[in-house]
Amino acid sequence: MELDAALLSRLQFAFTVSFHILFPSVTIGLATFIAIWEGLWLKTRNPVYLQLAKFWIKPFAITFGMGVVSGIVLSYEFGTNFSEFSRIVGPVLGPLMAYEVLTAFFLEAGFLGVMLFGWQRVSEKMHFFATCVVALGTWISAFWIIAANSWMQTPAGHEIVDGVFQVSSWMEVIFNPSMPYRLAHMLLAALITGTFVVAGVCAWYLLRRQHQPMARKGFSMALWFALVLAPLQAFVGDLHGLNVKEYQPIKLAAMEGIWPETEAGAPLLLFALPSRQDETNHFEIAIPKLASLILTHELDGELQGLKSVPPEDRPPVAVVFFSFRIMVGLGVLMIAVALYGLWLRRGERLYSSKLLLRACTLLTPAGVLATLAGWYVVEVGRQPWLVTGLVRTMEVVSPLPAERVLFSLSLFVITYTLLLGVYLYFMRKLIRKGPPDFAALPEQLIGTHAPGYALAWVKQLDVHEKVH
Amino acid sequence: MELAFFYFLLLGFAILMYVILDGFDLGLGILYPWFDDEPQRDHMMRSISHVWDGNETWLVFGGVILFGAFPLAYATILSTLYVPIMIMLIALIFRGVAFEYRFKAHRSKPWWDKAFAIGSTVAAFCQGLMLGALVQGVDSDAIDGSSLDWLSPFAVLTAFSVMAGYALLACCYLSMKSRGLIRARAARLGRRLVVAVLVAMALVSLWTLVEAPEIRARWFDGYHLLLLSPLPLLSLAAGWLLFHDLGDKQHEQRPFFLAVALFVLAFAGLVVGLFPYLVPRQLTFWQSQAPVSSLKFMLPGVLIFVPLICAYTFWGYRIFSGKVEDFEEGY
Ligand code: HDD
Ligand code: HEM
Ligand code: HEM
Repeated sequence: MELDAALLSRLQFAFTVSFHILFPSVTIGLATFIAIWEGLWLKTRNPVYLQLAKFWIKPFAITFGMGVVSGIVLSYEFGTNFSEFSRIVGPVLGPLMAYEVLTAFFLEAGFLGVMLFGWQRVSEKMHFFATCVVALGTWISAFWIIAANSWMQTPAGHEIVDGVFQVSSWMEVIFNPSMPYRLAHMLLAALITGTFVVAGVCAWYLLRRQHQPMARKGFSMALWFALVLAPLQAFVGDLHGLNVKEYQPIKLAAMEGIWPETEAGAPLLLFALPSRQDETNHFEIAIPKLASLILTHELDGELQGLKSVPPEDRPPVAVVFFSFRIMVGLGVLMIAVALYGLWLRRGERLYSSKLLLRACTLLTPAGVLATLAGWYVVEVGRQPWLVTGLVRTMEVVSPLPAERVLFSLSLFVITYTLLLGVYLYFMRKLIRKGPPDFAALPEQLIGTHAPGYALAWVKQLDVHEKVH
Repeated sequence: MELAFFYFLLLGFAILMYVILDGFDLGLGILYPWFDDEPQRDHMMRSISHVWDGNETWLVFGGVILFGAFPLAYATILSTLYVPIMIMLIALIFRGVAFEYRFKAHRSKPWWDKAFAIGSTVAAFCQGLMLGALVQGVDSDAIDGSSLDWLSPFAVLTAFSVMAGYALLACCYLSMKSRGLIRARAARLGRRLVVAVLVAMALVSLWTLVEAPEIRARWFDGYHLLLLSPLPLLSLAAGWLLFHDLGDKQHEQRPFFLAVALFVLAFAGLVVGLFPYLVPRQLTFWQSQAPVSSLKFMLPGVLIFVPLICAYTFWGYRIFSGKVEDFEEGY
């Protein structure tokens, strides 16, 4: 088979960005929780909160490190693999990413050092401040990159001069039609991901009767979060879907598996095998009229279908269709678990129900999987466009020799596979090791009274004496 | 002042910050083979584990400023230097994760040492290759397999020069952050590296003067040499001082700043030769600038946040000032 540089470049981008998003979706949530725990500890002085913060900061740190190194690759990949795209869209995306670096990446990096290593060097309030700043940085970072991505989905505020995009209104570029929905949905997704990671690990400790006080506190908090966030996510997701219907109807048709040019009273497909060749679905299991009802709020509302555009303008339907079902399925499962948890709180069965604890343990990676699935809906559903309706993906890849892209892609596959293994190994190791025990906590306590500080102080006196 | 020129300066500033900050941090990895017992390596890692992320962010910053302000140059440079960039990125991944995993590892510790040392060395080497290729001029039309400009003898020379420079910065950093044996060894290595760096700077300069007529003209036309002579002279002076300082216990911090001065001077020399080109002989920064709307939009961000970033970066270094041995820290 002839190697195709364009296809390889796309594969490489999809692979590296998919790898990257695994880590931010965990760090955004965890950073926020660590800040909350640290704040609660300062307020209540209940050591369980400190233990939670101290325990989760380690998994957070390794996840963050993975996020950073995989992110740096992405910021260069636009130029290396999509040079034509960078040339024409750079004036729009470049400044957004510049703001991301200026307002978020430096902030995260600058305060991360203090957050991780500064326990003995700064006051507790200062440390708390550093933690909050890191958490805030992750949110700001999401803001800018989602603005950039959403603009590519639903471009606005630009004009095209000599084939190059120029911005006429930055407000319209940043707050483009799909941006508010995508930002809300993504931030919720990250918080939910963090929630289920915490819930899963705490449930696992509870099942093994380890680290009880911390595990109980963490588990209970996580389930409260899930109870609020998961239904909220479904609500926001629904609004997001309406937005897609308006601006990217073909993507919506792929998500729902609708083939006819228009369909009134479209059914909600629970399962089907969409076929691009036959332009129809096989093995449908459907609830009549429900899709129309959800998306148009009328039983016989009309939806646009895939056949309304020529085949070369349709996305790969099956990927979009199944990814969407995986995401929504996991979302429904999360809501169910959260509600079941609420039910079990009556009579203190929350910490002893084997069923709930096992379910939560199994759902530890659910948030990450749903997030990834969601991104596949968005990104694959947008194809063949890179900027919806304006720039086709295949037309803007770098004219590289295929072997070179194959070379880098192979390197990435090997490196990332290895690293994912290492990451999971160390996560397991940290989780097995558990939190620092209560007796050890005071030793690690924050502030200038810690042993390390005293030692340094004495040594400094020594030096001064020798100099004089 | 013209906006495009402002961004040209900003780009230069970003690159310089990156080269200095990540320079000492990559340099420590290059020095690893000379510090071969575990406590010493722990010490070296600890001396930078709180700053490496921030240092590397300047690389991202340089990249996105190029992307946002000079999209044409971003597209041209990155796609022509495809292979060294990809190798550099992967090398940076390995050295980056080593910070997180090394301290949590038991059996695999030697592997993380290797990841850190080899990753840092390869990344520095690739950066040098790219520098050399850029100075010499890349052929952006021959993007198919034939373009191996980045592997010319000149590029290999600049690659080794950059490695030596980074290692020198690292020696000066170490002698600022440590005591006793480590400090002595760093100083000894540093003295040798000063000589190597000065020789490399001279070789690279002579080579470009011989090879590139327009750079020669830039230096020797009219009164240029008179105006520009402070660059080589100051470099020599800085090198000489540095050589002596490294042997001398009185100065804790001065060697580091002298090494930084060497980098600044070398960089200034480079810019003198290349201005106003981003891709030599092909693309000036004027030709590749983004539309004014984009340049204007970034301006407040740059003017507000760059000083702020410098301030809190400085604050961060202040908090972790002092010798590494004196603190028993982790998280
Ligand atoms: C919604 C979240 C989100 C999304 C969709 C992306 N990122 Fe990301 N990125 C983050 C959220 C994030 C973060 C939370 O800010 C990170 C992740 C973990 C971390 O350590 O910071 C980060 C790190 C990170 C870094 C390293 C920053 C540093 O040096 O400190 C770079 C260069 C990028 N990202 C670039 C990208 C690019 C080019 C993306 C798209 C193609 C992208 N990210 C998608
Ligand atoms: C972080 C979560 C993201 C994931 C998991 C993701 C995933 C993907 C996938 C799977 C594709 C391939 C689609 C195809 O070719 O069939 C793709 C394409 C693309 N995405 Fe994303 N994406 C994410 C975020 C972003 C962001 C934030 C941007 C830009 C700011 C972006 C820019 C692109 C570009 C330029 C392509 C075109 C290359 C291609 O078609 O392969 N992506 N992405
Ligand atoms: C339960 C009901 C849910 C509904 C109805 C829903 C709906 C949607 C829709 C319609 C999109 C596509 C937007 C587009 O194509 O532009 C989307 C994307 C996405 N979904 Fe969901 N979703 C749900 C649950 C979840 C859950 C539980 C998560 C993760 C924890 C999640 C994470 C994402 C992500 C990360 C994206 C891509 C980014 C974005 O466009 O926001 N979703 N979702």
